[in-house]
Amino acid sequence: MNARTAPNIFVREGDGISTLVVEGDWTAISIAGLSGHVLSPSNLSFSSDFGNLGRIDSAGALAILTLAPNAAFTADLPANLADLFALVGSAMADRDVPPIKTPPFHVRLGQKVYRAVQEIGASARFLGQLEVALMKSLAHPKRMRLIALASSIQKAGFDALPLIAIMTFFIGAVVALIGSDLLKTLGASELVVELVGISVLREFGVLIPAILLAGRSASTFAAQIGAMRMNQETQAMKVMGIDLFDALVVPRVLALLVIMPLLAIVAMLAGLAGGLVVSWGILDVSPTYFAERLSAAVDIRHFWVGMAKVPVLAIVIALAGCRHGLSVRGDVEDLGGRVTVAVVQALFAIILLDAAFAILFNVLEI
Amino acid sequence: MICDPDIVIRVENLKTRFGDHIIHQDLNLEVHRGEILGVVGGSGSGKSVLMNTILGLIAPSHGTIEIFQKKIGSRFDRTEINHRIGVMFQNGALFSSLSVQENVEAPLIEHTRLREPWLEAVALMKIGLVGLDAEVGRQMPAELSGGMRKRVSVARALALDPELLFLDEPTSGLDPIAAAEFDQLIRTLSDTLGLTVVMVTHDLDSLYSISDRVAVVADQKIVEVSPIAELERSDHPWIRAFLGGRAERAKERNR
Repeated sequence: MNARTAPNIFVREGDGISTLVVEGDWTAISIAGLSGHVLSPSNLSFSSDFGNLGRIDSAGALAILTLAPNAAFTADLPANLADLFALVGSAMADRDVPPIKTPPFHVRLGQKVYRAVQEIGASARFLGQLEVALMKSLAHPKRMRLIALASSIQKAGFDALPLIAIMTFFIGAVVALIGSDLLKTLGASELVVELVGISVLREFGVLIPAILLAGRSASTFAAQIGAMRMNQETQAMKVMGIDLFDALVVPRVLALLVIMPLLAIVAMLAGLAGGLVVSWGILDVSPTYFAERLSAAVDIRHFWVGMAKVPVLAIVIALAGCRHGLSVRGDVEDLGGRVTVAVVQALFAIILLDAAFAILFNVLEI
Repeated sequence: MICDPDIVIRVENLKTRFGDHIIHQDLNLEVHRGEILGVVGGSGSGKSVLMNTILGLIAPSHGTIEIFQKKIGSRFDRTEINHRIGVMFQNGALFSSLSVQENVEAPLIEHTRLREPWLEAVALMKIGLVGLDAEVGRQMPAELSGGMRKRVSVARALALDPELLFLDEPTSGLDPIAAAEFDQLIRTLSDTLGLTVVMVTHDLDSLYSISDRVAVVADQKIVEVSPIAELERSDHPWIRAFLGGRAERAKERNR
């Protein structure tokens, strides 16, 4: 293969005729530096000289035809070049594409709002469908898919247990640590027990598992079901008469409903343990005293307040994952987007519902 | 070994195995410049494995493979031959996050310094080359039909004007008319651009209409490489079953 020479195209005027001269290599690699300046020969009698043409490929032919549109119609064109020009020329024929019109701002805003409202409607419909399917499977427990349920419980629940325990342990420890400074200056070090007890039982013991499950399980559910949709598995199920809600959604929702209370209890224990370790090490509150004060000063209703939130959050997390998994259409990009939306919506709903619960319990004075 | 520039691919004594399962043994193949070579074989006979081995995606356990007189080994330099090879995978393997036009532009951006306005012009020309409208360039791969996806995949494979084009079942899943058009497209491209084409296929129509030679993969090796007309006279049982039944049925229909 010879050394590459730069492509060159120009019109040689002389003896009353214009000759189009094409020299050098015309390949996808060599034409990069060419400008888009179109040559127009001054004379109508027109011939071409391809004598010094090096290598040429279809991208090069495109460049020649763009720069000199009538190069293909010159008389003394070698046969292989004529074929190439004919092929490339026909491919270039209808290249002009009308530009995409972006609708004006108010139209796009309207579309966004409309879609957001539809999203709420879709979520409500999905919740309704889920309730019907749940009731049905409670009425016919034999139809419940126990293996799917057990596998979901294992993956979403037990596999997450160590992580949740470690996270809440440190949260409990940090709460005790930060609270201890303030309480020391007030001379009420023993109040650290109430601080840790109430915050862990009411909030952290529930929120931390919920947030972890939103990241862990909502995304898994969305990705699993979404991949099944992309693989046409859901269509196969529909054709076989398998109810998608029965087979895919109900086991996952039930799994979280069953396992999340357990996760919350473990989280609460771990959080209290974290608080206990810090108060023992820094505030010299003995474990025995910590336990005694916990049972005396921290009312059991805080535990129940925390646990009351658990089933609601479990359903919301499972719902977000399953719903977005089922609405995956087509490509990988959509799958990724849906998984993200599932996690974001689950997290958003958790925080929002927690705030709503806080207000509710405040009003009810629990 | 003789370095014949007209031999684009040379496979010698190839052995491929997955664990204890031997796919190929003592497989030999030569592909000549400018020809369209059909590769046929029963399901699971290792046609796609052979293609992937030649492409260097699967490491052979024994034997040598040369493309453009360069040995494909564990430490060969892909970049030297990458832009001389185009591949169309069975399901298109289009990048689903990129539009059709961006899919075709991807190898151009990667391997050339081509930038606007040439980039778009070249990409749209390639899309036109495979018989698609320029509007298709805006669509996403998920919006395309199976036949269009195959065409786009060929457009992307052709982006760098490769000398060697691999096609994995290019006409499977296409209706006979679209398949015939596709065959004609490959023939035209091969004749005009001087392409060497290696085509894994089950489609007798494509084999009869455009292949110069056909390689038959059976019994873990290539049992025969010859023009399809000569293949009809073969007495290998698989070839006779493959060609015999269908060729006769076609004759019956035409009567």
